[in-house]
Amino acid sequence: MKKTFTERKSKTSTKRARNREFVIITYLFVAVFIMMMGYFVYFQVFKSEDFINSPYNTRQNTFAEHVTRGQILSSDEKVLAQTVVGEDGRETRYYPYGAMFAHAVGYDSNGKSGIESFGNFNLLRSHAFFLEQVINGIQDKKNPGDNVVTTLDYRLQEAAYQALGDNRGAVIAMEPSTGKILTMVSKPDFDPNTIADNWESIISNTDSENSVLVNRVTQGLYPPGSTFKILTTLEYLRENANYEDYHYDCTGSIAMDNTEIHCYDNAVHGAENLQKSFAKSCNTSYANIGLGLNKTRFAGLCKELLFDTDLPVSYPSNKSSFVLDSKSNADEVTQMAIGQGETLVTPMHMALITSAIANNGTLMRPSIIDHTENYRGVTVKKFNFLPYGTLLSESEAKKMQEFMSLVVSEGTGSKLSGQSYHAAGKTGSAEFSNIKGESHAWFTGYASTEEKGSIVVTVIVENGGAGSTVAVPIARQVFDTYFAL
Amino acid sequence: MVHLITELSKYTMIILFALYTYQCFSSLKRSVDKEEQAEKYRSQVVYMYLFHLNAYAVLFASTLNTEIIKFYAMQVVFFAVVQICYAIFYKRVSKLVVNNMCMLLCIGFVMLTRLSYEHAVKQFQIAVIAMALTMLIPYFISKWEFLRNLTWVYALAGITMLGVVAVLGAVSHGAKLSFSVAGISVQPSEFIKIIFVFFVASMFYESTEFMQVVKATVVAGLHVIILVLSKDLGAGLIFFIAYMVMLYVATRKLYYFAGGLLCGAAASVVAYFLFNHVRVRVVAWQDPLAVFEREGNQVSNSLFAIGTGGWFGMGLNQGMPNKIPEVKQDFIFSAISEELGGIFAICLILVCVSCFLMFLNIAMQIKDVFYKLVALGLGTLYGFQVLLSVGGDIKFIPSTGVTLPLVSYGGSSLLSTLIIFAVIQGLYLLRERTEQEKEAQRIKETSKKSSGKNDKKRRKRKGGGLSHEENIHGTKVKNLD
Repeated sequence: MKKTFTERKSKTSTKRARNREFVIITYLFVAVFIMMMGYFVYFQVFKSEDFINSPYNTRQNTFAEHVTRGQILSSDEKVLAQTVVGEDGRETRYYPYGAMFAHAVGYDSNGKSGIESFGNFNLLRSHAFFLEQVINGIQDKKNPGDNVVTTLDYRLQEAAYQALGDNRGAVIAMEPSTGKILTMVSKPDFDPNTIADNWESIISNTDSENSVLVNRVTQGLYPPGSTFKILTTLEYLRENANYEDYHYDCTGSIAMDNTEIHCYDNAVHGAENLQKSFAKSCNTSYANIGLGLNKTRFAGLCKELLFDTDLPVSYPSNKSSFVLDSKSNADEVTQMAIGQGETLVTPMHMALITSAIANNGTLMRPSIIDHTENYRGVTVKKFNFLPYGTLLSESEAKKMQEFMSLVVSEGTGSKLSGQSYHAAGKTGSAEFSNIKGESHAWFTGYASTEEKGSIVVTVIVENGGAGSTVAVPIARQVFDTYFAL
Repeated sequence: MVHLITELSKYTMIILFALYTYQCFSSLKRSVDKEEQAEKYRSQVVYMYLFHLNAYAVLFASTLNTEIIKFYAMQVVFFAVVQICYAIFYKRVSKLVVNNMCMLLCIGFVMLTRLSYEHAVKQFQIAVIAMALTMLIPYFISKWEFLRNLTWVYALAGITMLGVVAVLGAVSHGAKLSFSVAGISVQPSEFIKIIFVFFVASMFYESTEFMQVVKATVVAGLHVIILVLSKDLGAGLIFFIAYMVMLYVATRKLYYFAGGLLCGAAASVVAYFLFNHVRVRVVAWQDPLAVFEREGNQVSNSLFAIGTGGWFGMGLNQGMPNKIPEVKQDFIFSAISEELGGIFAICLILVCVSCFLMFLNIAMQIKDVFYKLVALGLGTLYGFQVLLSVGGDIKFIPSTGVTLPLVSYGGSSLLSTLIIFAVIQGLYLLRERTEQEKEAQRIKETSKKSSGKNDKKRRKRKGGGLSHEENIHGTKVKNLD
């Protein structure tokens, strides 16, 4: 077996052939390892935020040992929350406007809520200049945390807060083109400055209806009343191309199997088309419309418009709900059509539906943090405004805008007519108990001018009475302030 | 000031480990000659000691526990002794494998000291004993030719031991994967997996005919079934994959591999519907936050740790890794990622990949089929275990609860991994002998049995005239006889 050159050559090639399977296995494993490392990078870049900001993640609190919590600012640079360091080094969180921003900004003792909760990670990171951090480190001083700049507008919040007065209820204002939340008011409220002292009495009220900690904007579930006619109308438009031919003669009431539906305040609207039915908020006409709708498709529309869905908000929220399926009887269908019965919505949800209509069908993801900056005001991270999805087609949105304009020009929203801005919306007076005449006052709508664009406002006043006389004026205060700025 | 040291050390430790990792791969380039390679391996040792010093300086500064200094000194001595022993007694082993072994142990010691000082000390004691024991293995591997003939001894030992644990587990109503001998808890599956690889290797060394494959598959199946029944899913999966890889490479039949993997996938689906403990893992993997209160707790906490740590980490003693259940064993990778950073964690994976490549490298270089298969099997065991452990921690795959070899806490895992590394080093020693030497040994072996018969056989096989080399070894054989 003398080794010649050719033999040696053939030997290396047989060696290669003999190891073919080994090479395959090696590549296979290396490929899986690379995929795993790729996933690790993907997680760090795209997914980690979800986990870092999870309220279950208690790690953030250890940051507080080395960082002084940053400030929360309004979009017009008012300080909504700041940490005051006493001479003894004791830190206290101070909220200059007390209860006004209680639910939106939240609190930071006895747990966390609002921006203090979901902005926690940002508030406890420091992007102070590197050398400054080194010097602080040598002196054993804390680094100043980053500030969170919100989309909240101080003047608008103040206007809404005062307009709601001593009533219980909620006001929310949003920019439909971006999803920015400009105002978020919920009452009854609390003073976050004294929450630690009053904690016992605050939590002793565990009843969700009366608890001051409940953010009624996202957590309050109310019967939508006539504001729900927006959805009923939209379904009618989808099912009836000839909706212009709709005709109904209102006699003030309509009898079902077990119930009788009356128009609000015992009004009799007489002969009306679809536009007038919507503008005057005629219950009997809408009961009639409801009876003709395809129940399965109607339920489908509600789901598309975020019923039974977690709302895309950072705040804890409740799902809006309704009861309707192919087996529902006439009583249930007619109650549903006028927003009574088992139907429940959150004010935030109504504001989102209105936003989608005002924004020609596309819903923008609601956001309340605009950007974060270091303590010297240098932007650290800009939060982008992202679309959530298309809730209705552009032509449907245009038709609904037309209908909602008629509410202001000829119907129940007339208190908004004749302004410098063009307003549109829908009122509601939602009965919530068996006592006649007691109702929650609703308004959801938007207003716009050429130069300032549009703003959506949703108002609910608990047990306030008629939407047209109680909720509309509150919305008007917000609109007036916005367009006067 | 302490905070500053911790903060700066985050970056220095990442840089040191990144340099170390770079040398793992740059030394493999074809253009690098022996001299350069040796230089690179020496620099790796320097980086390791610097990292070790840096890490323990931070641990001391942040705790001011003087015990830590003593502990550190003992570790330095330990690593030095290991390096020197290999340098003196085993000149021809892979230096890279020695370095990686020490580096992984070092990272494990640092992280365990941070997580629980007592456990770290215990781990260190086990490491010292295990290292002393396994130091002899490379020598025996290169001497003991009979290892390939113990086929059915391996099978019997493996199944009996697994069976005993399974029965004990069934009696105590729960996943009992270990039993105590003289106060030390032993997890037999860690050792049986090595025996199992030797079993499969000797089976396919004998023959790869169909009946042999059937026999091997039956025994392998028994192993896996016992493991799954005793709820040790991770180990079951590791045995299964190791067998499939060895079967495929030995028989060179792709359809065995593909068919086996398909059967494995089908079995996983069946297991998902049959066993609650399988479903729990999958549910936790799909959306850990949604089931945070129950199944998802461990994985969520792991991801909080990794996410909050980010690329540069929180710094040693600055995070909350102890919030993760089982962090010392199954989730140590998450703790490392949290405190030492994502970049460090990726380097750690790369060092594990480097080990795997060195295992497969010897499998390809050596010519003896038995040892080729042994190296392949052990490499697969190691590589797949790293994949399961890290993949489970980062939610790449459902968590199966296996340890990260050499880094995680656990005596059985540590000892068995050191055995694997030592066997591999033994194979590196073997490679250094020339093929002719092995030929000579084979002749010696057969001539022991029946020298006359052997002579005939030899003459027949070689077809007459002996070559120059064979003559040389012929004399050697004579000398030995």
